[in-house]
Amino acid sequence: MAERTTRVRVPAKARRGEIIQIKCMIMHPMENGFRFDTQGTFVPIHLINTFECRYNGEEVFRTRLGTGMAANPLLTFNTIATESGTIDFRWYDDDGSQHTAQARIEVE
Amino acid sequence: MTAETDTESIWHLRLARRDVLRGLGAAAVAGAIGAPGSAAAAESLLEEDAQLTIRRLIGDAKPQPGRVTISLPDVADSGNSVPVTIRVDSPMTSADHVRLIHIVAERNPRPWAASFSLGPRAGRAEIETFLRLSDTQYVTAFARMSDGTWWMKRTNVIVTIGACESMAVRY
Repeated sequence: MAERTTRVRVPAKARRGEIIQIKCMIMHPMENGFRFDTQGTFVPIHLINTFECRYNGEEVFRTRLGTGMAANPLLTFNTIATESGTIDFRWYDDDGSQHTAQARIEVE
Repeated sequence: MTAETDTESIWHLRLARRDVLRGLGAAAVAGAIGAPGSAAAAESLLEEDAQLTIRRLIGDAKPQPGRVTISLPDVADSGNSVPVTIRVDSPMTSADHVRLIHIVAERNPRPWAASFSLGPRAGRAEIETFLRLSDTQYVTAFARMSDGTWWMKRTNVIVTIGACESMAVRY
């Protein structure tokens, strides 16, 4: 349930209707469950299984992640700037915890 | 079995129950694995055939080559983190947009890497992320449009050191 560092990049300002690029990352090992550590003990699977992005509460992007994702998964995607508000990011961890981040965008 | 054939959403990606049970059996035989006791841990032991993965993801659909582009490096030094960009040629209007994108790395022990669900709010169907690749292999992207058609692109990538070869100390 460790606290994870998250980083998000959302443009601070955008014109209405502009396509904006969003980058977001979470520091997470994304253990794939095929790994043994240096002591030879099995490292159980531990992933971020789902990520979702909401723009003023409306879902704009959702991802399911598997073992084929690199550690510290970075996701870059686009959305249309419709109105000023908040963009919420939420990562769902295999251990049941959720990690969130929030960004503010001004649309003119 | 509806969960397995529902290619409309990305929620069907949970493993079929029989797969999990088979995994649990494998864990019991292995013994030394310890007792994580969860289905997720059992899932981790499973290797899956790429064709099976693709069937699970897209059902009986016949994806046509085209409209999807994958940008991968020709040669990746380390399989631990391989940048990939996926673009789908689509106007992304409410009438015609991309619903789903799947990434399958065919020679990974578990070929399914990620699935993305998009809509007209995306504006542009372009996604960038980092994959973990076990070996030199083909990476395939499948895209499902709002009209129900599937499109695909298959790209080769040479991986100098696969993620599985350097697993003991790094992730």
